[in-house]
Amino acid sequence: MVPLIFGITLISFTVIHLAPGGPVEVETEMSLKASTQARENLKKLYGLDKPLHVQYADWLIRFVKLDFGKSFVDGNKVIDKITERVPVTITINILSLIVTFCIAVPIGVLSATRQFSIFDKLTTIFVFIGFSTPHFWLALICMIVFGVTLGWLPISGIQSIDISGMNFFERLADWTRHLILPVGISAFGAIAGLSRYSRSSMLEVIRQDYIRTARAKGLKESQVIIRHALRNALMPVVTILGLSVPGLIGGAVIFETIFSIPGMGQLFYQSTMSRDYPTIMGILVIGAVLTLIGNLLADISYALVDPRVRISKE
Amino acid sequence: MIEIIWDRYKKNHLAIAGLFVILTIATIAVSAPLIAPYNPTAIDVYNVLSAPGTDHLLGTDELGRDVLSRMIWGSRVSLKVGFVAVGIAISIGIIIGALSGFYGGKTDAVLMRFVDIMLAFPTFFLILAVIAIVEPSISTIMIVIGFTSWMDVSRLVRAEILGLKERDFVLAAKAIGASDFRVIFRHILPNALSPVFVSATFGVAGAILVESGLSFLGLGVQPPDPSWGNILTSGKDYITVAWWLSLYPGIAILITVLSYNLVGEGLRDSLDPRLWRSGK
Repeated sequence: MVPLIFGITLISFTVIHLAPGGPVEVETEMSLKASTQARENLKKLYGLDKPLHVQYADWLIRFVKLDFGKSFVDGNKVIDKITERVPVTITINILSLIVTFCIAVPIGVLSATRQFSIFDKLTTIFVFIGFSTPHFWLALICMIVFGVTLGWLPISGIQSIDISGMNFFERLADWTRHLILPVGISAFGAIAGLSRYSRSSMLEVIRQDYIRTARAKGLKESQVIIRHALRNALMPVVTILGLSVPGLIGGAVIFETIFSIPGMGQLFYQSTMSRDYPTIMGILVIGAVLTLIGNLLADISYALVDPRVRISKE
Repeated sequence: MIEIIWDRYKKNHLAIAGLFVILTIATIAVSAPLIAPYNPTAIDVYNVLSAPGTDHLLGTDELGRDVLSRMIWGSRVSLKVGFVAVGIAISIGIIIGALSGFYGGKTDAVLMRFVDIMLAFPTFFLILAVIAIVEPSISTIMIVIGFTSWMDVSRLVRAEILGLKERDFVLAAKAIGASDFRVIFRHILPNALSPVFVSATFGVAGAILVESGLSFLGLGVQPPDPSWGNILTSGKDYITVAWWLSLYPGIAILITVLSYNLVGEGLRDSLDPRLWRSGK
């Protein structure tokens, strides 16, 4: 994992710094009077006058201390800006993972146990549409239908302006109303993918000998499916769930921008627009680390559902 | 060979429908100047945000530009982005996968580590960072999407080559003194391409989605040039008054991407020799 993180920092650093148009250019773009001397001073201030490898080494040392430097835009510490935003993004992602899991697995299992039925065909069509829908477009359409036309749900932010005057339950209801669309839509595409995986994984499992054994000894079909088949079918599904983390984090940029959610994605979008290198670097790396953590969690839960992994370690 | 594949492919009605839609859209894109009813960038201040009707079949946007014409011209963007981005991704993927699979050892270890790193990146962040820093344009998008989506292809090619490189025909080619380059590109690769074709088809679908997302964020095709994604940006800005700006371009993206996915699925089934004998 450490070489992975190292590689990730190196790539982010190289890509961002080799690109033309630095923050100094952005800052002096508006004032044509800025002299060459002023530009040099600015560069020195940001440490941009040193050779690239020195800048990278400086940055790496600070990275180990979780110090990503200060934002070029407002001078606040990058790490504070990010930690302030991360909880929102993680909450939404975890909620949508839970929703995805709770809906996709039953769909996959049902369509596998009733292969070639009408239900199976309908879900296949749904899966293809789910894969092909631009999610930001779906978000727009849902905003028009539920927010504008029907007026049922708010279309931006994560809480109402008058939230401070509410009691706990009203706040909970308020957050729920704000989160239904973002969570539901980011789950939508993931449901398509995951239900497909659980279907094929289930199809593979129910052809195994031990399932025939379970049926042969007279177990009820529901027990065969839930106790014997499902546990085995879930293993690859759990891995896929872990692998879907980068997509979710990346998708956050569009969702948070559309719904004006103050999360990491929105911060990233704002910092790319203002070429705020330290913040861009910080989010890139933290996003990649979150992805690695997601993969690690997937490995751990894999061990939880698969007894063979545990036995081999003892 | 091609006849067998086509025979299998045409039994899949959805895949045929997908192919038909793709060809139709390609025709529309090529003949855009002939069939678009209006100039896609012509501003008409008297018809700002007019609803779909007989004059403007799909309505007009906030500058009075005809949405249908902009969508017809926009189809060129998705076609171009899809194919160029995937072309780049496949070229990189094939080269890295081939080197990795053929030489093995340290080359393989280093290259596959690199693939792991690229896969751990939230790719969309990387794309966004690069595009915001380099001038956003259609060529930037194509290149960046290409450079961030080659990893699956390289893994596929590597796996195929690992399976092929010890086969007799490869040993024979080596025995008569063919260069590594020749062995890889003339003898091994042609046998390893069918999963790449399938992956490429899905890749076009993915690239079109990413392009529309980027253009939607204002980081893709720059106005006044039309693209399905940047019409949707106006859709968001005028969400309470002009639903047609949001609805139609999205449907166009959905149908196009769906078609590529259906064709990819059809190709996968018909290119896999293991499925030829079993069942119908």
